[in-house]
Amino acid sequence: MFAFLSSQPVQTALIVGSCAALVSALIGVFTVLRGNAFAGHALADVSSAGGAASFLWGISPLLGFLGMAWIAAFGMEFLGVRKARERDLATGIVLGAGLGLSALFLYLDVTTTSTTGAAVSVMFGSLFAISQGLIWPAILAVLAVFLLVGLFYRPLILTAVDPDLATLRGVSPRWMGLLQLLVLGLAVAVCALAIGAVLATALLIGPAGAAIRLSRRPAQAIFWAMIIALTAVWLGIWMAYESYYWFSGNAWPVSFFVVVLIFLFYLLAMFGSSWSQKYQCRGIASLRRLQEP
Amino acid sequence: MTNQSPILAVADLSVDLGGRSILRDVSFDLYPGQLCALIGENGAGKTTLLRTLLGLITQRAGTVRIGAAPAREHRELVGYVPQKINFDPDLPLRTRDLVRLGLDGQRLGLPFFNGRTRHAVDQALQAVGAEEFADQRVGELSGGQQQRAVIAHALVRKPRLLILDEPLANLDFGSANALVDLLGRLIVQQQMTVLVTAHDMNPLIPVMDRLVYLVDGRAATGTVAEVVQAEVLSKLYGYPVSVLHHGGRILVLPDAPENADVANMNRCAGHGV
Repeated sequence: MFAFLSSQPVQTALIVGSCAALVSALIGVFTVLRGNAFAGHALADVSSAGGAASFLWGISPLLGFLGMAWIAAFGMEFLGVRKARERDLATGIVLGAGLGLSALFLYLDVTTTSTTGAAVSVMFGSLFAISQGLIWPAILAVLAVFLLVGLFYRPLILTAVDPDLATLRGVSPRWMGLLQLLVLGLAVAVCALAIGAVLATALLIGPAGAAIRLSRRPAQAIFWAMIIALTAVWLGIWMAYESYYWFSGNAWPVSFFVVVLIFLFYLLAMFGSSWSQKYQCRGIASLRRLQEP
Repeated sequence: MTNQSPILAVADLSVDLGGRSILRDVSFDLYPGQLCALIGENGAGKTTLLRTLLGLITQRAGTVRIGAAPAREHRELVGYVPQKINFDPDLPLRTRDLVRLGLDGQRLGLPFFNGRTRHAVDQALQAVGAEEFADQRVGELSGGQQQRAVIAHALVRKPRLLILDEPLANLDFGSANALVDLLGRLIVQQQMTVLVTAHDMNPLIPVMDRLVYLVDGRAATGTVAEVVQAEVLSKLYGYPVSVLHHGGRILVLPDAPENADVANMNRCAGHGV
């Protein structure tokens, strides 16, 4: 255990991984509440184009992921997100275009550097190979997300509940939608850096989806999403580190363990919530209820 | 009728949407403590009229005054209950949280515990009889309970005018009667003024003070006795109709089925008992 924690790559992985877990849990809850899971997935996938471009041009991968996620966010907003069907359509079209760009940049990465490493780490992440210089930018991104969501917490929830009710309280659903996509972009960039652009969805949707089943209040859902995401990331990092010994020198990737753990937690939450519904008690929720003022 | 000034004054209101004329020269006044029913079939322009009153749609001509100023500036005086909100059963939001969002959902910063807010939320919950499911998730409630929750959300800021869009449409008889009772109680206990849309006027007759009868964007307004007459409605529909009274219920039917086309018959059937 001591050797595990004293390893430099492990420390970096733990810090960046925790950042990814915290932002994705926070934003994930709003994303799932608004029924925006597909948009979240698309932003993450499209951000892979930015990650691939950053390898090509030698800029920070965090900036690459973020830049592309934001371009995609504006693209979706611009193409129109008023009705659910239009929103899916706009998202799908931006997703297609973005993945095309990603294909181009990854191809250029491979031909100019003659390795496939870039493709794997952009798409599926390599948490143990993150440079220490990315720790502070990742932390800053997390702080920015927490600040923005903290500031617009109630308008965001009201918009997620019903856009018409929000309009009547003087909250513009359109601005809130854009804000959410921008913050989602920040979260996606940190997640993509940690576990890869393609797998970022798992961290974004899984813990939030599980937590929502266990909670009766938004704040409670965010709390449980964070617990689940952090547990999955920490356990995943530890298992990946140990897997070096399990498979005689062939360690399996962290992203795999994190994603599998999230899936397991989701199943647990699903069965847990249907079990507690069946027996007319709300499991964790009813325990929390006792503690309320 | 009171000699107070009207809380809602609509004068010669005309609204176009997408190049089509939806409302034409609609006028009516609503005085404090009254319940006004806005009756019309689907497509008659009820929702458009409500959205114009709320300032969500801009009219082509005419004026809407709430209190004494144009509607747009007086949203604070109006509480609105939309037709149907689809709450996901998994939505982690208690009835109490939904009501609180009606009070401070537009504010910045985190919603910390606040005694005054809590008190206002409790009062709104009590006014609609929602205390018993205050701590349940909104998505788990029945249709009637969800409606009460949304009414509490609209009431919590103590508006002077409460507007409800088709509140009876998705309710069974029992819940519909309970809701009509609740509206009557709000008028007496909270000195509320209520504007409610419906496609069937009958459930609302016991509590209704005034009626705005919309057909194809045109309105006849007044008391039930003034408006629901064969002469007035025939003029509004543009073909002869009869008004039948039976056991306190009112049925509006076209006069000569053999002359009226099928579409017109269906239309009038919508106003049946």
